[in-house]
Amino acid sequence: MTWEVGSPLSIISILAVVIVVAAMLIWVERRLLSFWQERLGPNRVGYFGLLQVVADMIKIFYKEDWIPPFADKFGFVLAPAIIMMVILLSFAVVPFAPGVGVIDSNIGVLFMLAMASLGAYSVMLGGLSSNNKYALLGALRATAQMVSYEVFMGISLLGVVALSGSFNLREIVLAQQDGWYVIPQFVGFVIFLIAGIAESHRLPFDIPEAEQEICAGYHTEYSGMKFGMFFVGEYLGLVLISSLITVLFFGGWLGPAFLPPIIWFSIKVFCFIGFFILLRAAVPRPRYDQLMSYGWLVLLPISLINLLVTAAIILSMQ
Amino acid sequence: MFTLFKDTLVSQVVTLWKVFAKILVKADTVQYPEEQPYMFPRWRGRIILSRDPDGEERCVACNLCAVACPVDCIALQKTEDEEGRWYPEFFRINFSRCIMCGFCEEACPTNAIQLTPDFEMAEYVRQDMVWEKEDLLISGTGKYHDYSFYNVCGKKIGGKDKGEAQNEAVPVNVRSLLP
Amino acid sequence: MAKIVIDGVDYEVNPDNNLLQECLSQGLDLPYFCWHPCMGSVGACRQCAVIQYRDEDDDKGMLVMACMTPPTDGMIISIEDEQAKSFRSNVIESLMISHPHDCPVCEEGGECHLQDMTLMSGHNYRRYDKEKVTHRNQYLGPFIGHEMNRCITCYRCVRYYDDYAGGTDLSAQASHHHVYFGRHEEGVLESEFSGNLVEVCPTGVFTDRTFSENYTRKWDLQTAPSICTGCAVGCNTTPGERYGTLRRITNRYNSDVNGYFLCDRGRFGYGYSSSDQRFADPLQRKNETAEIMDDSAVQSMLDGFSSENTSVTTIGIGSPRASTEANYALRCLVGADNFFSGMSDEEFESANLILQLNKDKAFHSPSIREIEQADAILIVGEDVTNTAPRIALALRQSVRNKAMELADQSRIPRWQDAAVRELAQHDRSPLSILSGYKTRLDDVADDEIIDSIPRLASFAQAIAGSLSGKAEQIQVEDGQVAAVEKIAEQLKSAKRPLVIAGSSQGAELIKAAANIARALGESRADGAIDLCLLTPEVNSMGMAMLSTEENSLGAALEKLRSGEASKVVIVENDLYRRAPHGLVDEALEKAEQCLVIDQLPTATTAKADFVLPCTAFAEQESSYINYEGRAQLSFQVHRNHARAKSSWQWLSAATEEGIESLMHDCADAVPGLAKLCEILPDKSQFVGGMKVPRQSHRYSGRTAMKSHLGVHEPKQAVDSQSVMSFSMEGISSQKDASILASSWSPQWNSNQSISKFQSEVNGELKQGHTGKLVMERNAEGAYLEVSVSEDSSAELQLSRAHQIFGSDELSSRSSVIKQRMVGSYLGISEEDARSKRIRQGDSIAIVGVEASLSACIRSSIKNGSAVIYCDETMDSHSLPRSINISKSNNEVQTGIKGLIISDLMDEDN
Repeated sequence: MTWEVGSPLSIISILAVVIVVAAMLIWVERRLLSFWQERLGPNRVGYFGLLQVVADMIKIFYKEDWIPPFADKFGFVLAPAIIMMVILLSFAVVPFAPGVGVIDSNIGVLFMLAMASLGAYSVMLGGLSSNNKYALLGALRATAQMVSYEVFMGISLLGVVALSGSFNLREIVLAQQDGWYVIPQFVGFVIFLIAGIAESHRLPFDIPEAEQEICAGYHTEYSGMKFGMFFVGEYLGLVLISSLITVLFFGGWLGPAFLPPIIWFSIKVFCFIGFFILLRAAVPRPRYDQLMSYGWLVLLPISLINLLVTAAIILSMQ
Repeated sequence: MFTLFKDTLVSQVVTLWKVFAKILVKADTVQYPEEQPYMFPRWRGRIILSRDPDGEERCVACNLCAVACPVDCIALQKTEDEEGRWYPEFFRINFSRCIMCGFCEEACPTNAIQLTPDFEMAEYVRQDMVWEKEDLLISGTGKYHDYSFYNVCGKKIGGKDKGEAQNEAVPVNVRSLLP
Repeated sequence: MAKIVIDGVDYEVNPDNNLLQECLSQGLDLPYFCWHPCMGSVGACRQCAVIQYRDEDDDKGMLVMACMTPPTDGMIISIEDEQAKSFRSNVIESLMISHPHDCPVCEEGGECHLQDMTLMSGHNYRRYDKEKVTHRNQYLGPFIGHEMNRCITCYRCVRYYDDYAGGTDLSAQASHHHVYFGRHEEGVLESEFSGNLVEVCPTGVFTDRTFSENYTRKWDLQTAPSICTGCAVGCNTTPGERYGTLRRITNRYNSDVNGYFLCDRGRFGYGYSSSDQRFADPLQRKNETAEIMDDSAVQSMLDGFSSENTSVTTIGIGSPRASTEANYALRCLVGADNFFSGMSDEEFESANLILQLNKDKAFHSPSIREIEQADAILIVGEDVTNTAPRIALALRQSVRNKAMELADQSRIPRWQDAAVRELAQHDRSPLSILSGYKTRLDDVADDEIIDSIPRLASFAQAIAGSLSGKAEQIQVEDGQVAAVEKIAEQLKSAKRPLVIAGSSQGAELIKAAANIARALGESRADGAIDLCLLTPEVNSMGMAMLSTEENSLGAALEKLRSGEASKVVIVENDLYRRAPHGLVDEALEKAEQCLVIDQLPTATTAKADFVLPCTAFAEQESSYINYEGRAQLSFQVHRNHARAKSSWQWLSAATEEGIESLMHDCADAVPGLAKLCEILPDKSQFVGGMKVPRQSHRYSGRTAMKSHLGVHEPKQAVDSQSVMSFSMEGISSQKDASILASSWSPQWNSNQSISKFQSEVNGELKQGHTGKLVMERNAEGAYLEVSVSEDSSAELQLSRAHQIFGSDELSSRSSVIKQRMVGSYLGISEEDARSKRIRQGDSIAIVGVEASLSACIRSSIKNGSAVIYCDETMDSHSLPRSINISKSNNEVQTGIKGLIISDLMDEDN
């Protein structure tokens, strides 16, 4: 067993670590939120409440696995599986460190975008099959939001792709040896960051599940482990977006040699996770129409200009 | 342009920073039960029925608490002693339904029903959450020490005749035509 | 119609009413106290002040009292004007200066007109800090509580009690701010209509003592529209239930039947339904002990009585106090031929006669509203106050039609109460009473002819003869000829004459009354004459319609005695009140099996082999047919928590489908009842199958009422059979007034809110549904032959007296009614008493009859005649028509203490 891309060791450890990290994030988020709200958060189960997640897992497994009689059973069961699946698949192209990764793909960026679009199906299916007005409203919102923000997400990446000249994420990391792309592509970074939040419908863009307006949106009818899968899926998405930002704009595993590359990668990813949690603690949710018009009227032109300017500069430098 | 910039981006960044800075502030959380919190006297906890300064039940069974209760968890029945004093025959609060909103206390015209700072009311058996008058009635006056409803009410009860309440004239002599 | 402008909005109003009434009819909120739709205006409280403007240019206007102002065409007024508002709030502040801080311990709290009006007028803080005037209360009997401190001196109580209901023992006393409303000394309020004081008083001075005992706020009562089962009038009531027992009965407005008022029997006589004597389980008698039967045993026992399953003949005996459905279900069980009337034979004969006359197109049975319009009335032999009390109250209004006529002539508006009374003084429309004794309507009667029953019959027939040559001519004594002529003339010259008779004194008087009405009709173009024929019990009319004329109770007892029938089912009936005790004993002993369905133990249930418990009036849905042939539906108010079911549920197989299918069957099967189903509510009005809630929208305590029994809350009881539900959910009825149990409107929590539901004040309810007259009047009739023979075998001619408290079987089992009941008495004249050396209250024995009665010496009774009142223990049906009496040494149990009759001689005489 050796550490190389695509080796069973790599695959198994990535799968295990990603899922465990996603689960632990529940605890991390709750504690961080409470610190920022001058509270303590879960601190009773295990040291510092570390085992809170285990307790929650036990509870969620023991809950009645309830499928409402009026729901479409097939779609209802399928929806949470899709979200878990597509996000875990996205991790296949993420270059964690030299030799750590599932696949070294030439079309990594495209694969990642494709998987992200598939995520919309899960949400839509979950909402539609629940046969509940709140779920339907949530699904409608989610579909529109995800389809829209995919556009800017894709365009904002093209600057990076143009600079590195590759769709291979590993090569994009290596192309940042001389400087992180966050500097030349700052505008792209900001748009990608915003689109990433919207894509994973995290706060402040959790409009599809806005509790105060539409109960819990598309997963209103879900309970037990099916709800758990949506929940963990959301945190997986959080890890994924953070990893991608790190890879695309912050030089992936690159860093001074006193720490191994995987540690550098983790540090960067956790910084972004922390930032996302801070956003949740601090920024209120916009209205749905504000979100949409902001995307199409502000982000789309800026990302297009960014792409054109980048292309023009690259052309003029040649 | 500058105001727009200030109102949007700067404001967001400042918000983020201010919230982030809270990480250095000590938490307000009190580590109950190791640490006992200070309960304010007007805390809305366990409901009691008090007595007036003479030691008689204050509750006159007017039903206003029951009708004010948003979860309808108070049920009572009026009865009367031989001398005209109204009191509840039974008075039941279903604490498994109670939301401690305090509307009953606000509705009470006689200060009989009061909420206290005690909140430790968990039970292992749900049926024990149903409290009857014997459980609710305390022997003191609660938060209001001097008030006695029958002293301001015109009804005659044992020990208080017509015209003996506050601000009342002696009963009229119907046979007299003098001014 | 007059066009007036109120606050800038045009309205069309009726100029014959006062401005206040018209404002309320238009749905406007204008506070008032002293005015009442039935009692007119006196302008005492000054609360309904509005601003009246001279013309459009007038911007100041002047204050007028709306209740004292007739609306005129083009009138401009303002309710909302600041000056009017501040005047009203100052008036109420003055009214309230001595009002005690009683609301939490006041039975009126939450449905208090004073509370509503105070809030509406905007007075909320007592600035007057001087001493409050206080009063001592009086004991006013078991019905009415007195709390004089709360009075705001609107004078409604005395205006109702003295002027409207003809009471004499409630008066306004003292002067200035010491005014006191009460009796001259403590004691029972004598009027039979004293209960209405509770609803008439705008605040809590007069309260319902039966309600106060188990006091519950208005919004906590579970209510449904119900029908009073106390007598044949069928007043509409709203019983209220809480924690499984009835708490009170209030009036339910019905423009044709009871209007705003009830009698005290109807209002207070409900206590029996929560009596602890009520049967809880089906019982089987085995060797002198009663065993509880389980459901399967009951079913097989009932199957044994069904006509299909048995070779021996089963007969059914119905009851005039049971619903139409109960009687019909019994008729189905045993077959129409074996279904017998539960009335006494005498009563059954009268009831059949009344039924026949009710189909005659020469007559019209007047509703109470129509009775109030009569301007010449003849009562033939009936003591209306005691047999159909609400009609007596109506008669007191019809004698005022003379006053109204005089007012019209002098162009005084009819609602100017004080002026009209002052104008008319003692002028009244003629009311003539033929009776065996002086009745409670004596004070408003023009002529009162007191005699024995056969002689009254001949007197009445003489009136008929005097009115028309076609009627049989009968000679009366010379002294009475003038009276006959006078009464005949009064009836003839009246615009709307009314003849009243009833079954309480036998059929001959009914025949004579019908002859009078027929003779009156001959000379008139519009032939139908108001002939009001009173039956004794709530469903006597329905009972008569369901049974054939041969199937009298006597025939049923004979069938049992002769062995022709060996099984008998008796529904809600105590035969010992209906037939001679000896006959009943013999018949029941002969019967192999006897099943009795009833609520309370009676002498009959004591003899039964099986007893099934049945529900009281408020625990079942059922219909009753009143004296005029009006079918009315009474809804279930609450559930019986024992095993009692309604009689029709015991007897009918189709219990799951509810009352509706049974009523449809009944309408199809019974001639004359074809219209019965028209009283059922129209189900298409309920959106999405939503029901009408029986509980108010602020019903409290739902999660605690039963939590002592189990903290896990049971599901709300489901009523699959009715259009009403046992919960707060659903839509309250807006489309059918017959499902409107109690009225409430924003800002109007008291019963005065009914004006918001009337198409005009004191008019019909919006979407009115006042019951359905089921009789078809198409028969041609002829004069009836009246037998006037006297039974001269003994020295005293007997006539019957009835008591409002006591004569009705069920209400007399209520504890408060018992306090007003008297024992059996025999009313005799002074001279007869002296000759027998009998003193007031002495015990009397009747020769040949085993009974002990109190002597009741009355000045009005004629020598040679006697009036007997039998309580429930007496074998009243074996009494002969004439009797001999002697003084007895037996102890009198109850005596006549508390008997309220004006001609009672003093004990010293």
